[in-house]
Amino acid sequence: MTAPTTARTSGDDYQYAPVIDLHEGATWLDDLRAARVVWRREIIRFSRNRIRIITSLAQPILFLFVLGTGLGTVVKTSGSFDFRTFMFPGVIAMTILFTAIFSAVSIVWDREFGFLREMLVAPVRRGAIMIGKCAGGATVATLQGLIMLVLAGLVHVPYSPVMIGKLVVMMVITATMLTAFGLFLAARIQEIESFQVVMQLFVLPIFFLAGAVFPIAKLPGWLATLTRFDPLSYAVDPMRRTVFEAVHAPASVTRTLSPGMSWFGWRLPTLLELAIAVIVAGLLLGGAVYQFTRKE
Amino acid sequence: MGDTATVEVDNLQKRYGEFEAVRGISFDVAPGETFGFLGPNGAGKSTTISMLCTLLTPTGGSARVAGFDVVQNPLGVRRRIGLVFQDPTLDEYLTAYENLHFHAELYRVPKDRATERIQVVLEMVGLWERRTSLVRTFSGGMKRRLEIARGLLHSPRVLFLDEPTVGLDPQTRVHIWDYIQGLRDREDITIFLTTHYMDEAEFCDRIAIIDNGEIVVMDTPDALKAAVGKDRIEVRTEDDDATVRALREQFRIEASTTSEGLVFHVAAGEEFVPRLFAELGVGIKAVSIARPTLDDVFMRYTGRTIRDAEASTAEKLMNNPMVRARRGR
Repeated sequence: MTAPTTARTSGDDYQYAPVIDLHEGATWLDDLRAARVVWRREIIRFSRNRIRIITSLAQPILFLFVLGTGLGTVVKTSGSFDFRTFMFPGVIAMTILFTAIFSAVSIVWDREFGFLREMLVAPVRRGAIMIGKCAGGATVATLQGLIMLVLAGLVHVPYSPVMIGKLVVMMVITATMLTAFGLFLAARIQEIESFQVVMQLFVLPIFFLAGAVFPIAKLPGWLATLTRFDPLSYAVDPMRRTVFEAVHAPASVTRTLSPGMSWFGWRLPTLLELAIAVIVAGLLLGGAVYQFTRKE
Repeated sequence: MGDTATVEVDNLQKRYGEFEAVRGISFDVAPGETFGFLGPNGAGKSTTISMLCTLLTPTGGSARVAGFDVVQNPLGVRRRIGLVFQDPTLDEYLTAYENLHFHAELYRVPKDRATERIQVVLEMVGLWERRTSLVRTFSGGMKRRLEIARGLLHSPRVLFLDEPTVGLDPQTRVHIWDYIQGLRDREDITIFLTTHYMDEAEFCDRIAIIDNGEIVVMDTPDALKAAVGKDRIEVRTEDDDATVRALREQFRIEASTTSEGLVFHVAAGEEFVPRLFAELGVGIKAVSIARPTLDDVFMRYTGRTIRDAEASTAEKLMNNPMVRARRGR
């Protein structure tokens, strides 16, 4: 293909001559550059929105210290085990869930306020924009999760570097999966109102079924089955195991409060659970990219 | 190679179900030309621009922009065009500079040139001093200027302006046009714009009047107006009766007397007036020439004024759910 768009040759007033090397076809490096700037925008917007940072922490804190303390008075735990220690990883997951979904909604706002068009007409693959969005949302959600992690000491969880390291990895996976899920839902939604409906339909069930606020050990069969279809379950369980290890929870407590995910009586190892979360994240992100790339 | 048209459109069509938004239009835009699409809202202007910018897939015909086919090589087209949309597409929570930096990254402007280029375009629209302000603090006119700057950032071959001044107050509109005019002088660029303001169409080298998805006529503004009819000339003289007689006998022109003076119509008024001075033989106190307006041109080719056309098209669009669902987003 020949392009009749070579640089102009007239010498005068050269200030406005083309500055772009017109190499054809975006390389993966170009896509990476596009994804990175989309990611950066999410971070900049997040860091400017202090109110959002604070308000999105209010709900988890309420859950942990009010609901957790209240439930702790009725839930029988052996010895001095604090029920809020049980709730802690669930509440971190909750923080990540709501932040990730909130970040994903931004694509609907971008559409509403027109900025999405600026991205859609750019000479980059739409997949790159979606991946940047997902990375941005996941980063923001992980950061919010980290802020919650600071409260560990208040619920008798030690600041062990090993535990923190493991939790951070798990938080990144969880955040990516949930942001991808939100983007998958939001990719083709035109109005912010419809997104809210969709979210009501999905977010609370995902939250409750993941065993974030109550143990899933003694659930009736139908409910136990449902929890296995909730991808968030496979992220909450590893986090809870990690926390329980760190606090050296007694075996009896672990048995009732953190029995873990099992398939047909087989206890899933942590790594497999995380692998499931990673695969689900990949599928959802792929789905989101596909939704987003289809021509309108 | 050098003389190839920058925009080549051949029998381009877009239909939504039963509704034909664009009904097979053809035209070329030469390099460096400022080409205007003039028509009422809903005539197919934005649909055409969206197809040329590869945002919509045509349902028939073909179009090449900057040498690339809009369907075969959309990314090739996108690299070479700048866009200013009807509705704002800025991130209001970013600063002016950050909006441009975002754009530079997406359009792969080499990093070493991006900083310099951002400064050039911001200075050009007079917003360099405000580069660190959040866009949400900007007025409507400043936002539009910033969008024009952004559209130029990656040195496009063609700048598409979709209703660049819609929704702005008259003073700001004049400002925006000053920038666009200045741009033509400074950048080696082809401009394709749509408007439904007649006075803005005057700035174009050539205009196409589009109505109901079809181009009804296409030419330079002057040629279009000349084709419509004669210029209207008003003169005030020292002796009107003598002038009427002289006009009838020497020029075979019938003039009528009004409160403004004498009024008559001639073709190419600016060429006629010097003859009038030389040959009339009566003292002339004042002369004015009024050319036919583009309103007259629109009227002539569509049989209605642009205002009436907008009213009826709006009605038609509201009755078509397919179009309604697609507009505005």
